[in-house]
Amino acid sequence: MAINWNALWEWANPRKFMSWTDRALPVFAVLAALMFVAGLVWGFFFTPDDYRQGATVKIFYLHVPSAMMAINIWAMMLVTSLIWIVRRHHVSVLAAKSAAGIGATMTLIALITGAIWGKPMWGTYWEWDPRLTSFLILLLFYIGYMALWEAIDNPDTAADLTSVLCLVGSVFAILSRYAVLFWNQGLHQGASLSMDAEENVADVYWYPALVAIAGFVLLFITLVLLRTRTEIRARRLHALEMRERVAEQ
Amino acid sequence: MMPDLGKYAGDVLMAYGITIALLVLLIWRSLARSAKVKRQLKDAEERRKTHG
Repeated sequence: MAINWNALWEWANPRKFMSWTDRALPVFAVLAALMFVAGLVWGFFFTPDDYRQGATVKIFYLHVPSAMMAINIWAMMLVTSLIWIVRRHHVSVLAAKSAAGIGATMTLIALITGAIWGKPMWGTYWEWDPRLTSFLILLLFYIGYMALWEAIDNPDTAADLTSVLCLVGSVFAILSRYAVLFWNQGLHQGASLSMDAEENVADVYWYPALVAIAGFVLLFITLVLLRTRTEIRARRLHALEMRERVAEQ
Repeated sequence: MMPDLGKYAGDVLMAYGITIALLVLLIWRSLARSAKVKRQLKDAEERRKTHG
């Protein structure tokens, strides 16, 4: 089946984007709230303690989804930044800008919950372990990306430079994901979730984790749509204010 | 209703508390900025209609 790329671009047209997201946003918001609450309530209240980790296993439902989102949000920003570089598509780069704050929050949550989980399990909040360190660098890239947007007045120049930064930062997003495999050392174990039933966590933890992950993904979609709508309005506002200033001179 | 978290109660509750607080802050900031920009844009468009 051939993909109609022109139709895809049509959906990302600012006017069309504002129209369909106006209808879709409440649906995503309700789904996100339902899945998020269901996943965390299931994981917190209705799963047993792990025989080695005790009740700390409940941190799994926060740590794993937030860490997955931290990396995947950067991947989404990479794709949308590339679309900006190649196609000069404004909604695309505004979606990347909108995602950065959410990605930074997810990275921070992954680092904090990991530290809290690490203390009773490893005996320390922090270790310069490859995965932990690459996550810290990823957080710094998120902060740098947001700071760069704020530092440049011209929106197109800001979009160009932040897109290049996003490409560079992608190295650390990949390292964050595969650090355990690249450097077979450090405290952090390999991936907790796997498609291989032998390696994956037990079903009693796996199903609520899936619901929690769906909740985090839906929360991200809701927030990125809301924030992209805000950025489109902010761009229009900026253009109107510029016109007012020119008219006053 | 509350599960027995044993000696890890502090760690688990702190992780949930901080995560929920950060997400609430993120949602609140997103909604607040959305409302502010929407209002400013409405004002700017009204000024444009009035003054041409």
